[in-house]
This record gives sequence, structure tokens and C-alpha cells, in this order.
Amino acid sequence: MKLLLAYSFANLTSAIHSGLSGSMGNETLVLITEMVITGICLLGFLVILSFFLGYMERKVAAFMQIRLGPNRVGPKGSLQIVADTVKLLFKEGLTPDASDKFLFNLAPFIVVVTSMLVMAPMAFAKGFQIWDLNIGILYVSSISSMGVIGILMAGWSSNNKYSLLGAMRSGAQIVSYELSIGLSLISIVILTGSLRISDIVMSQQNGWWLFKGHIPVIISFIIFIIASTAEINRAPFDLAEAESELTAGFHTEYSGMKFAMFLLSEYINLFVVSAIAATIFLGGWMPFHIGSWEGFNHIMDYIPSSLWFFGKTFFIIFVIMWFRWTFPRLRVDQLLNLEWKYLLPISMVNILLVTLIAIMGWHF
Amino acid sequence: MSALIEEDYITEEGEFVINIGPQHPSTHGVLHIKAWLDGETIKKVQPHLGYIHRSIEKMSESLSYRNFIFVTSRMDYISAHINNEACALAVEKGLQIEAPPRAQVIRILMAELTRLASHQLWWGATGLDLGAITPFFHAFREREAIITIMENTCGARLTQNYMVPGGVMYDLHPDFQKETKAIVKQVKEKLGEYEDLLTGNVIFEQRTKGVGYISKEDAISYGCSGPTARASGVSCDVRKWFPYDGYDKVVFDEVLDTGGDCYARYMVRMREMVQCCDIIDQLIDNIPEGDFQAKTKNVIKLPKGEFYQRVETARGELGVYLVSDGAASPYRIKYRSPNFSNLSALEHMAVGGKIGDLVAIMATLDLVIPDIDR
Repeated sequence: MKLLLAYSFANLTSAIHSGLSGSMGNETLVLITEMVITGICLLGFLVILSFFLGYMERKVAAFMQIRLGPNRVGPKGSLQIVADTVKLLFKEGLTPDASDKFLFNLAPFIVVVTSMLVMAPMAFAKGFQIWDLNIGILYVSSISSMGVIGILMAGWSSNNKYSLLGAMRSGAQIVSYELSIGLSLISIVILTGSLRISDIVMSQQNGWWLFKGHIPVIISFIIFIIASTAEINRAPFDLAEAESELTAGFHTEYSGMKFAMFLLSEYINLFVVSAIAATIFLGGWMPFHIGSWEGFNHIMDYIPSSLWFFGKTFFIIFVIMWFRWTFPRLRVDQLLNLEWKYLLPISMVNILLVTLIAIMGWHF
Repeated sequence: MSALIEEDYITEEGEFVINIGPQHPSTHGVLHIKAWLDGETIKKVQPHLGYIHRSIEKMSESLSYRNFIFVTSRMDYISAHINNEACALAVEKGLQIEAPPRAQVIRILMAELTRLASHQLWWGATGLDLGAITPFFHAFREREAIITIMENTCGARLTQNYMVPGGVMYDLHPDFQKETKAIVKQVKEKLGEYEDLLTGNVIFEQRTKGVGYISKEDAISYGCSGPTARASGVSCDVRKWFPYDGYDKVVFDEVLDTGGDCYARYMVRMREMVQCCDIIDQLIDNIPEGDFQAKTKNVIKLPKGEFYQRVETARGELGVYLVSDGAASPYRIKYRSPNFSNLSALEHMAVGGKIGDLVAIMATLDLVIPDIDR
């Protein structure tokens, strides 16, 4: 445990806090300053993250499609996405004449802001968390479902039939899959007995829930991955965009930076759901521990906690990208069938099993 | 005229019209489909044609019998060889000559390679239309190799002008046999990979099974041909029923299915690729020696009369109806293009389905738009 503490970021943050309090004195002022610093850091982190995810997606796609991917700008094409962003920044952001201009311009920001808000309770490393609120899981699931408002807004205000169809599909899809996500998150809340993210991570100190919770937790992990892929509108559930059917779905009319906002939010959402899956089921920043193997556990503790968190998260991101580049797209009625006829009943039964395990104390 | 406009624009409560195309990712060209929708459900579909009409038939009337053949490369540009072959055969019929055995075998080889390349493009595009992007790149790996053989043989990759009245334009190049054997071997190996990637996929089966059904009777009455009709159980392979260029000497199966849906059309084409490989395997080592072109006059003049020749392209039956008045260029030419007839069945298949189904149906009909308009 001592080794673990050595890597804690709590020391750093508390040092900053005491430094600021010493120079300012006023508690409110200190809090506001800290919020601004955190916000700027988060923005920077998200931009770098989405650059990296964009690069990763292209390289993963290229790997699956027997081609090279970006390889001209920067070393191994790593700056291609920067070049693309610069291009999008200089492009004219068209607003169609017949659109509802206020909503049309507001929609991309709602989508991005909601995906950024979800980052708040994420535990990136030991002691490195923006806001460890006591209803962490509830907060995540409620905020993440707000993104659909932005998508519906974009689809409706574009005054384009393709956009409207895309937005309506997206609405039906996210509202349905929200249920499965909620139920699979609840299964871990039942086992842990807390909604707080840090509690959930700490409860996995002697083994991740995926391994501790028997088959029901594995089922809810699989359901979570499927449902969250649908929630973030990625293939095979990318019906809201459905390039071959609806040209570009809800963002058909968007161009320039407003279009890039949707892209940005897609990548942030991808990271967020993977991070949640990593935190809830794979122990977040908690190293891989096996029961009472002291020696093994000590070696695992040498790996920094942030590396554990990002390793797990990027593994899940890779799996979701893998889906995208190998599966065809579902049809809209089949998508809803999958949720209401299969995933939801299975999750409900699963919840009962998990509750039974929790009550009887059968988990490790 | 007013009745037409009313029918076009006035719709029921809650219904709306969406124009799919002429510029849309899944129409593979400039096809314009007007769809009446109730939510996602299709109530009516109306293809609008003419965006890529180049009056090939009219142009041919002022071209010589040697030249008009090459305009047809621009009709069904994905099976240009077979289009050219049909025209060359029609002219040969008028001249009452036959291509020498070597030319015939070369023609079959090139036609089957074209069919293989065409089906590969179709396979990739079907994946693309159904939302799977990866198959396209895998299909293009093999297609690219075949296209390279075409390039080495006749100098062009897409609009090959290789078939001439009386045979083929040049002899094969020395490496042809080696290259073709290699690509056939590769295709046979990779077909298993194709099946793994798309055929057995649960989502793919859900998207195609029972979608876009057309019965045997309907397929006949709409004039469907090629894989589209054969998937409904209509035996219509021109190569079997009206053999040309020595197809009667080649052993191959006519691929038939009774499903009538998108999945059946998919499976028919997949199995046809195997048949193509078999045909090439039979002939590649047995190319007879001799002339590659029969002797014809410099200026070809057909006797007065009407000549009709049909061939099996990758998409179905292509008919060339040629009327001659004895001059050096045709009096009238009419093409019976497979895509035009297959497209006519679109509404029958799509009504009652979803937008996603419409895309799947268009993909498995394997439409090539320049062939519809000509």
C-alpha cells in the first residue's frame, strides 16, 4: 500500500490548494481559481485526447483494411489530424438559410459540453479526480443522456429530411439503450454498495469486478459494451449518421468547425464510455491484484496507476473500434429489437442474479 | 401532365417525399430515387432516370462497325469486355463469320476475368452500403490484380477496347497465363476470407434475409435477368441457353437459388465467382494456337437485315439489336440492358420495407447507372 501511495496525485493537488489558499486567503476565490485551472487543463487534455483518438482510429482502420493510413504529415502521419483541424478551422461554417439559426448554432456546443461534463467524476489515477461526488454513477448516466438533446436539436433545426430522420433514429436509440446501460451499471453499484466512483475503485483492491463477480458481472460487462457502443452512435449502431442511407444523418448540414465539434464529441464520448467500463468493471486505476499473492501484487504496484487506467481504457476503445471496422450496420427496427427483446430482459434477470450474489456474499 | 404533377407532389398526411440521389453515397452514380416515406417505412419508390444519358444508341448510327463497339465500354463500364463482345458478335453474325478458336478462348477468359472483377467490386460495394467499410478494401486487393492483367493485355484498365469483329485486337502477352493462374489461385484462397468477413455475420444475415423478396413469376414478368433472376429460381444463363464463343465446350454450373431475397442474390454472386475461377482454370492451359483474328475487310459493310445477339454480362442479359441498311454504319442500334430491367423491379421489392432495406436491395441488384441510361 505504501508503494501505491507513492504514486498518488493527491499530494500534488493538495500542495497546489495550500499554495493558493496561502496567497489568496479567500476560500471562494481559491475555489474559483481552481475550477478555472481544472477547466483549462481538461480542455487541453480533451483536445490532445481527441487528436490521439482520431489518429488511432485511422491507424486501426488502416490495419484492418490492409492499407497504411496517414503517413505523410509529421512522423508516421501523426500530425495529419492537426492539419485536418487547421483546415476545418479555416473552413466556412455554413448556416443554411431555411434553418433555425439559433438552435442550429447552439446544437454542437450542447453536444460537446455534455460530453465534457461527464469527465468530472472520472478517476484518472490514484487521487487524481476532478470531483469525487457521492452520486458519481448517477451523475454520469444522467449527464451522458443529455447529449441526445443536442443531436435532436441539430437534426430538427437543419430543416433537412435526412437530418431529421437521423436525429429521430438517434433519439429512439439513445433513449432505449440508456436502460441497458443503467441496469448494467446498477449491478456493480449493488455489489459495491456505493455510487461514489472512488469507492467502486477501492472495492476492487483484491480483484476486479469482472473476475470477482462470476458470470452475471461478465454478462453485464458485455451488455454495457454493446449498449454504450449504441449510446455513442458508433458502428454497428451508427444509424444516426448511416452514411449509405442518410448521407450524414443529423450533421448533414454542418460544416467547418461546427462539424468538427460533433466529431470531437464523438471521440470524447468514446473515451468516456470506455473509461467508465474500465473503472466499473476493470478496476479503474487499480493494478491487477490476485487475492493473496503478495509478491505478484507488489510487482503490479510498481506500474503507475495512471498507466493502468489508460491501458484499460484504450483496450476497450480498441475493441469498440474493432466493432466499427468489421460489422455491417443494423437496421433501425432490428436495433430496437435487440434492445427491447434481448438486452433489456437479460439485464433484468441479471440484476436479480447479481443481487442474489451480493446478498449471499458469493463474490470473492 | 397535371395528373403527373399531382401524383408526384401531393401526399397523404404524415407522409413525406425524400429524394435519394442523384448525388447520394449508395446510388453508385447519378440515379435519382424518389421515395415516399411514412416515418422510416417506404410507401412508394420511383426511379428517375436520364442524368447520365449520352445517347450512345444514336451516336452509334454515325460510327463505323469497327468503332461503335468501343462506345459500349461506357455503358456498363464494370463489364466493358462483355459489352464489346456482344457487339463484336452481332457484327460477326451479320458478316456470317466466326472468330478463330484462339480468339474465342481469349474472349471467354477475358469475359470471366471481367465477371470476377465485377463481382468483387459488387461485393465490396454491398458491404459499404450495409455499413461495413472493410470489405471494400479487401475486394479491391483482388480486383486490382485482375485490372492489372487487363491493363497488360489491352492497355486499358476500365474501358478496355479489346474485342473487334472477327476476334480480338492483339494477341495475349507472354506473361498472361502465369499472371492469370496466380490471381485465380489468390481469389480462391481469399473467397473464404470474404465469407468470414460478411457472409456468416449475424447482422449481415438479418439485413439481407427475407429483404427485397421477388418471386419467380414476378422476376420473369419484370424481365429480370442475371444473378437477380437466378436468385429467384429463373434459369436464364445465356451462356447455357444460347451459347456463344464456345461456351458450350466449357463445363460449368448455372448457379441457381430459390430464396428470391437479398441474401439469395448475394449467395448466387458469391458462388458465381467460384464458377468463374473454374472456367478460367479449364481454359488457361488449353489456349489453342492459331490466329487471334479472322480476316475482315477494312471497311465492314453488313448485308441488309436485322441481327440480334445476346450475351451474359456480370449483371444479366445484354441484347444487341442491330438493323443494317447495307451502309458502312448501322441504321439503328438498340441495347437491351440488364440493369434497366432489373431496376424496374425495385419498387416491387422495396415497398413496405425500411430505408435501410432500400439500400440493401439496390446493393444486391448491382446497379450500374450508365448502363440504365446509356
